[in-house]
Amino acid sequence: MNVSRRHLLKAATLGSASLAAPHIVSRAFAAEPIKVGALYSQTGNLAVAEKLLANGVSMAVAEINATGGILGRPVEVVVEDGASDPKTFSEKASKLIVKDKIMTVFGCHTSASRKAVLPIFEKRGAMLFYQTHYEGFECSRNVIYSGAVPNHQLANYIPWIVKTLGKKKFFIVGSNYIYPREMAKVSKKLIEAAGAQWVADEYLELGHSEWAVMVKKIKESGADVVLSNVVGDSIIAFYREFKNQGISQADIPICATVTSEIEIAAMGADYAAGSYTSFPYFMSLDMPGNKSFIERFRKFVNDPKQVTYHSLEAAYFQVFLWKQAVEKSKDLGAEGIRTGIAGQSYEAPGGKVTIDADNLHCWLTPRIGQWQADGQSKVVDAYPHPIKPLPYFAYGETESNLFCTSKGLDTAKLKI
Amino acid sequence: MIDVLFIGLSLSSILLLVALGLAITYGAMGVINMAHGEIVMAGAYVAVLSGIWLKTSFYVALPLAFLAAAALGWIIERLVVSRLYGRLLDTLLATWGVSMLIQQAIRLEFGLTFLGIHIAGLGTGLQNVAVPAELQGVVNIAGVELNAYRGFIVLVTVVLTALTWFIMYWTSLGMKVRAIIRNPKMAAACGIDVRKVNALTFAYGSGLAGVAGVMMSGFKGVSPDLGSSMVVDGFMVVVTGGLGSLIGTIMASGLLGETNALVAVATNDILARAVIFAAVILVIVLKPEGLFSFKRR
Repeated sequence: MNVSRRHLLKAATLGSASLAAPHIVSRAFAAEPIKVGALYSQTGNLAVAEKLLANGVSMAVAEINATGGILGRPVEVVVEDGASDPKTFSEKASKLIVKDKIMTVFGCHTSASRKAVLPIFEKRGAMLFYQTHYEGFECSRNVIYSGAVPNHQLANYIPWIVKTLGKKKFFIVGSNYIYPREMAKVSKKLIEAAGAQWVADEYLELGHSEWAVMVKKIKESGADVVLSNVVGDSIIAFYREFKNQGISQADIPICATVTSEIEIAAMGADYAAGSYTSFPYFMSLDMPGNKSFIERFRKFVNDPKQVTYHSLEAAYFQVFLWKQAVEKSKDLGAEGIRTGIAGQSYEAPGGKVTIDADNLHCWLTPRIGQWQADGQSKVVDAYPHPIKPLPYFAYGETESNLFCTSKGLDTAKLKI
Repeated sequence: MIDVLFIGLSLSSILLLVALGLAITYGAMGVINMAHGEIVMAGAYVAVLSGIWLKTSFYVALPLAFLAAAALGWIIERLVVSRLYGRLLDTLLATWGVSMLIQQAIRLEFGLTFLGIHIAGLGTGLQNVAVPAELQGVVNIAGVELNAYRGFIVLVTVVLTALTWFIMYWTSLGMKVRAIIRNPKMAAACGIDVRKVNALTFAYGSGLAGVAGVMMSGFKGVSPDLGSSMVVDGFMVVVTGGLGSLIGTIMASGLLGETNALVAVATNDILARAVIFAAVILVIVLKPEGLFSFKRR
């Protein structure tokens, strides 16, 4: 036995080279799939909402593949489970970017998970597509935000409540974390600007569903309208308690920023009938693209009763915006997406959407829906066109005085 | 003031609904049943499924859920818990495993999702239970407007508590249970079939949890993790009240529920929650055996 070290090394090199060879060959093929990540919670308490978003992304990818893929290549989705835990989100994001060498990830739902993965995307130069409406106050060059920011949901909503509904006293209520608190901050400015007043700003722990005392306070506060930033399961218990304490939506309507078709279906439509929500997209939108979208999504998830909602629509259309960006710049990297996607428009199920060239957020059309007895909304007010996203609206950002531009955040303008 | 006390009473009732079953399984039998919350959840799903598949009303779901949950409890006792009596920590771990099994069984529709089969009413999504019209809105009692659904919760809790009281103190089964609580070996020596009585007691405690589940389903959305947060509150009540003491559990839930309501009205819900936890910690530190425990010999 005279196996020298050199022989061993040689054999090992040959072996690994031959193993690697098919990989190199397949790289040369034009049809090698473009890999993208879908990072949502498949398990845990957020899985209910996030699995649907992952399905929205998968459906868009399937449709893109059916029409020839991107740049002649098919798209392959690598699904990872964030398990409703920000720490797991950050580990899985690293896995997708470092191990799988994926440059584009569609994912995250809560702000907590987005904040957890953000440093990884910025450090590794990858791009995150984030579809959920959020509180703003972020200006990353490595995130494309396709959901609504506070100025989409509140800028027309509050003046409309004051003028059209004739309400003067707001009771602001929310779940106790960053999104409702930021939304309340914006709301207060708008309420005062509209000449109305707010009588209370109260919170319930996230995930709690005991509303008896809060609803009693609403009843006794003298408020004539409730602005709700309540999220998750708590929404259902809130609307039920509201009706069960004998408050009529006609007297004190709940005007919500989070309550969507999902929660309405889960609470029973009669509890919410007459209340309002402000969203850029509603399932009831009477547009040809939307009808077909609902039908296709129901088929895709194999559930004929599945409802569609704002975040789901955004999860779906963001994939097409990414496609257009990549096709324009012919570059799969973050820099290519960033330059390619600026100003890119797409005819989404809920109408035209455009990625803003300054802050990489999305131009959306603010709409106000009133919930009907059938669990669907009737759009009672809508902007005639999409409006510019202003992620720092709460801190005084306006269209003529931008805080977040293509150069990043101008911290000199930000006074907290 | 009456409406605040009424809110407190309804909070107490919800606590008691969950704690009553626990008072029996944990307090009396010495089993830390982590699956109790999941049995509550299973009860809520009985309400969902019976509404969808049998088209029966909310009221029919109450006895159905009691039977289904009792059967589930009986199976858990026979298969797992009966082998672990006297090993407190082991019951905790084993029933925790059982709780995960039940949760995932609902989430994965008993594994049928893998085959692409969907059962309406199961799965990860939020389910909706139709509440009868007479339980929505308010009832007017002596000039005070009271929440009808909460009134119904109080009523159901009172009935179940009375029933439990009757069984424990006025039937021979109850006497056997109390004998086993005091001293299982001596009870066995006196000719009590400890195995059988334990299985029945556990099934009864689980049945109560099933009814609690139906009541919760009219209150909030039904999802597979409905029960996991409630079990904590349940244990809190049982520990505060004192192990093995039915009256202790009743008093403790009343105390915690009313305190919660009063503090929440005076300040806010977040602070009220903190005050409740502080009170429980105080009780555990100063009176580890609970407020109303009887003397053990």
